[in-house]
Amino acid sequence: MATAVQTVERENYLNSNYGIKSWLLTTDHKRIAVLYLISITAMFWLGGFFAMMIRLELLTPAGDLVSSDTYNKLFTMHGIIMVFFFLIPSVPAVIGNFLVPLMVGAKDLAFPRVNLLSWYLYMAGAITALVAMVTGGVDTGWTFYTPFSTTYSNTHVIGAAIGIFIAGFSSILTGLNFIVTIHRMRAPGMTWRRLPLFCWSNYAAAIIMVLGTPVIAITLLLVALERAFHIGVFNPQLGGDPLLFQHLFWFYSHPAVYIMILPGMGVISEIVACFSRKRVFGYEFVALASIAIAVLGFLVWAHHMFVAGISVYAALVFSLLSYLVAIPSAVKVFNWTATMYKGSISYNTPMLYAFGFIGLFTVGGLTGIFLSSLGLDVHVHDTYFVIAHFHYVMVGGMVMAYMAGLHFWWPKMTGKMYPEAWAKLSALLVFVGFNTTFFPLFILGYMGSPRRYHAYPPEFQVLNVLSTAGASILAVGYVLPMIYFVWSLRYGKDAGPNPWNATGLEWMTSSPPPTHNFDETPVVTWEAYDYEHQPQEEITVGH
Amino acid sequence: MATSDMGDIQVAERALQHHFADMEQQRDTASFGMWMFLLTEIMFFGGLFCAYLVYRASYYHAFVEGSQKMNITLGATNTAVLICSSLTMALGVRAAQMGKPKLMVILLLVTILFGFGFLGIKAVEYHEHWVNHEFPGPSFHFETGDPAHPATDPQHTEIYFSLYWAMTGLHALHMVIGIGLVAWLVIAGLMGAYTPHYYNPVENVGLYWHFVDLVWIYLFPMLYLISKKHGG
Amino acid sequence: MWKNFPLFPERASALAWQVDGLYFLLIAVSAFFTLLIFAAIFFFAVKYRRSVHPQAVQIEGSLPLELAWTLIPLGICMIFFAWGSLIYFQEARPPKDAMEVYVVAKQWMWKFEYEDGQRDINQLHVPVGRDVKMIMSSQDAIHSFFVPAFRIKADVLPGRFTTTWFRPTKVGTYHLFCSQYCGTNHSAMIGQVIVMDPAAYQAWMSGGAGSSSGSLAANGQQLFQQLGCATCHRSDTQGRGPNLVGLFGKPVLLDDGRTVIADENYIRESILNPGAKIISGFKPIMPTFQGQVSEENLMALVAYVKSLAQTQPKGEAGDGSSVPNTSKLQ
Repeated sequence: MATAVQTVERENYLNSNYGIKSWLLTTDHKRIAVLYLISITAMFWLGGFFAMMIRLELLTPAGDLVSSDTYNKLFTMHGIIMVFFFLIPSVPAVIGNFLVPLMVGAKDLAFPRVNLLSWYLYMAGAITALVAMVTGGVDTGWTFYTPFSTTYSNTHVIGAAIGIFIAGFSSILTGLNFIVTIHRMRAPGMTWRRLPLFCWSNYAAAIIMVLGTPVIAITLLLVALERAFHIGVFNPQLGGDPLLFQHLFWFYSHPAVYIMILPGMGVISEIVACFSRKRVFGYEFVALASIAIAVLGFLVWAHHMFVAGISVYAALVFSLLSYLVAIPSAVKVFNWTATMYKGSISYNTPMLYAFGFIGLFTVGGLTGIFLSSLGLDVHVHDTYFVIAHFHYVMVGGMVMAYMAGLHFWWPKMTGKMYPEAWAKLSALLVFVGFNTTFFPLFILGYMGSPRRYHAYPPEFQVLNVLSTAGASILAVGYVLPMIYFVWSLRYGKDAGPNPWNATGLEWMTSSPPPTHNFDETPVVTWEAYDYEHQPQEEITVGH
Repeated sequence: MATSDMGDIQVAERALQHHFADMEQQRDTASFGMWMFLLTEIMFFGGLFCAYLVYRASYYHAFVEGSQKMNITLGATNTAVLICSSLTMALGVRAAQMGKPKLMVILLLVTILFGFGFLGIKAVEYHEHWVNHEFPGPSFHFETGDPAHPATDPQHTEIYFSLYWAMTGLHALHMVIGIGLVAWLVIAGLMGAYTPHYYNPVENVGLYWHFVDLVWIYLFPMLYLISKKHGG
Repeated sequence: MWKNFPLFPERASALAWQVDGLYFLLIAVSAFFTLLIFAAIFFFAVKYRRSVHPQAVQIEGSLPLELAWTLIPLGICMIFFAWGSLIYFQEARPPKDAMEVYVVAKQWMWKFEYEDGQRDINQLHVPVGRDVKMIMSSQDAIHSFFVPAFRIKADVLPGRFTTTWFRPTKVGTYHLFCSQYCGTNHSAMIGQVIVMDPAAYQAWMSGGAGSSSGSLAANGQQLFQQLGCATCHRSDTQGRGPNLVGLFGKPVLLDDGRTVIADENYIRESILNPGAKIISGFKPIMPTFQGQVSEENLMALVAYVKSLAQTQPKGEAGDGSSVPNTSKLQ
């Protein structure tokens, strides 16, 4: 049976060292996670600001708020920031960095200095991209399709491409660190079958990071070279093939969406187990489903190209495979739901976000089925239907999972509890705001409203206004946690090592943990999610 | 012997990082990490290899003409130079393993020498191509001249050269980084950092070096030896 | 549906019913599973809440259940895959006797060229009930030809022809959108597809709304002479190049042993990159015309080569009768 370590006012990773140098030169994975938390939050707000501008412009059918060129830059920069600088790093770099060593019982990640390098690369990439944005912007869309991006765009394509290139290496090194850590640094007794599902998910995501990211790196490098030297690799006027760009781009960018969602799914597994007081139903299936998603995710990229000019036979193959990749995700949803059966459910904020995730990810995932269907995709490709689909899985899914994880592990990271009532209110606002913003877009898309349109026919206005209204509610839902999380650092209740009575090695050390994580290396003799033997006392803080 | 063994162990203990339980875990982990990194490098070069395969299939004759401008003698020499450098690198790792730091340093210095040799020959080749306007961009100029295939488009040959410069350029960049890493090993080695109980960095840089060598062994036939016909 | 809150565009093509059918089936199945999950979560969260169910029952899992909820969704997905693929097959195979409209997309407008030589900008006139095939290419970036009312879409690429086809079933005017982001005025690259009843269409065609500089094929014939193609591509066996009469649409044997169909893209490639595919028995001596022919001229040449495949030689344009198989107009 697991024993908790009682701690009172002891040295932890936050107060062990003071001064900016101790933070900027840290190799402690927990401090690096906090550095990421700050930078990623800043990027999220910038990306969100661009989103707000987009939704404001779309209140009216005419393009009257900003010029066409500005609008094109707004949606491009929204996409680039949210995809490359928020979604891909968020759960792995913040929650994963903090927790993976703790969960496996290690003192740190395998390569702490490489971890710090990861953060610096992220910052360098972000700053490069931001400079490109501030000095004129990029207007190619986050997908950089050629030959527009290589020949016809008059914006800072090379700067943005280099920024993403650098950030890509940050991602690769994080993934490499996770894989090696999970393989080599597990505590005695921590077998693969005892690993928390959060580790399985991050491991699967790390495989994708390591294998996929280099491909987009070289692709963007080629785009930059083509723009600079007119080498003709992607430009048909010079003998190149624009479809080659699309294949290379999507070979990474499709698996990238699984990099984004898999760690979020890992968070949900932990939370559903804890707040149902039960082992996750079908643990092995959920673990293997993560690996299946990672593998199958590499085989479906051309479903972004069904109308791009690929052959009918290629389209058939990719459509079939795209259905296959949906199945492991469905399996996970069923397993989480089944976990609640005969559980003992409590409605803490992390669990509320988890409920939201499961519901919204189901909708988002099912609409992916719509898109996998060839005949239907022809109609809805490049319309708001696609935008609605990926925002459901990314925002309704991934961002909710990120919020769930932040709330769940906030006490562990900071030693403080957030205010539960405000948190519940924010979760509700996010749920309502999110659906109001994005559900109308499914209808708009099927009606034929194309994406990346600055102005639109008047009959699409009503749904656009509804969407923008929802976005304001959603924004409030995100602003509130910013405020109360910061508030909690000073005024929040002390959390104690395990305020949720959760299983998992991270809860067996103090909150916040000491720099070296564990006073003694744990020796694991129990199965994962051993809620049967976990004390069942009431959660004493928050409810 | 016992004393120097003790000294070696002390060196190893100092090298043990705080988050590892023992040296064996550190060695396994570092090695695993390097293999994972090389896997990412395969994917990185892979994108270029993919573009090469696609265009070689589409523009075969243009690629043949482009490749005939390559200097096979220099290319083959470079291949030999790199293979020798891999040999000296491997012997250097062995020397570290055997506790012969001086020998290790000498072998690594020879490896660096070979590395510079490679880069020097490459520079000569690059200069040659540059002077002949075989660099893609506005200054590119190529007279396709195979009477059997008069319709070969010089633009397609420009794509060949773009891939040539990109692939060999990326490879050369990796060589420069490799030389830097080996130089670091030399310096650390001179300061007595490596012993039979601790030579992980030497081993892992060796892995990296061999990988870069292997990439060249693919590049050479792909770029230089496309067709039997050769003008020189 | 509700006039003020439509849920789908008008159904103005033969295909639209099928696409909508698939869509509604997907909605039904998705709604079912969504409600199932929502209901299950709600039900479990209430029935097993901490205050009434303090002790959780540890359940490892259930292999039968795992298999069930893996295989059943997979089976359902295969139905969607099959139906979607069938629709896609139809979209990929324009009927042989479809009327053809050539499209050049450029930043930021649509240029339509009908076989009789008429031209339109941003407006496409088609007769109801007739199969229409669009043969498209771009002068610059990638665009995409999207008509929501027909449920069709196809990217328009530089350097290549892409095709799509539809059969309009309802008279009216419908949106045409560019749906591949292409720069500043992407959202202004819109137009109309005007479906007319046959009488109105005939009237429009003879009204000569576009230029009447001759049919597309006749223009192509002129270019064929001007550019010197006729020197080698003679209609007897004496030419240095293959005889193009009756070539279009047929399989050709290449010198490397492959067999390809001589379609629009084959003709285009043969003009711009002749060394790529050499017909068996001929030498690779044709020079390239890359940079010497515009997109419109390429289309005219293709139309001309196509016209050489007709069993009866076509006359000059003017009355629209160069459109073959007029029986479908009714």
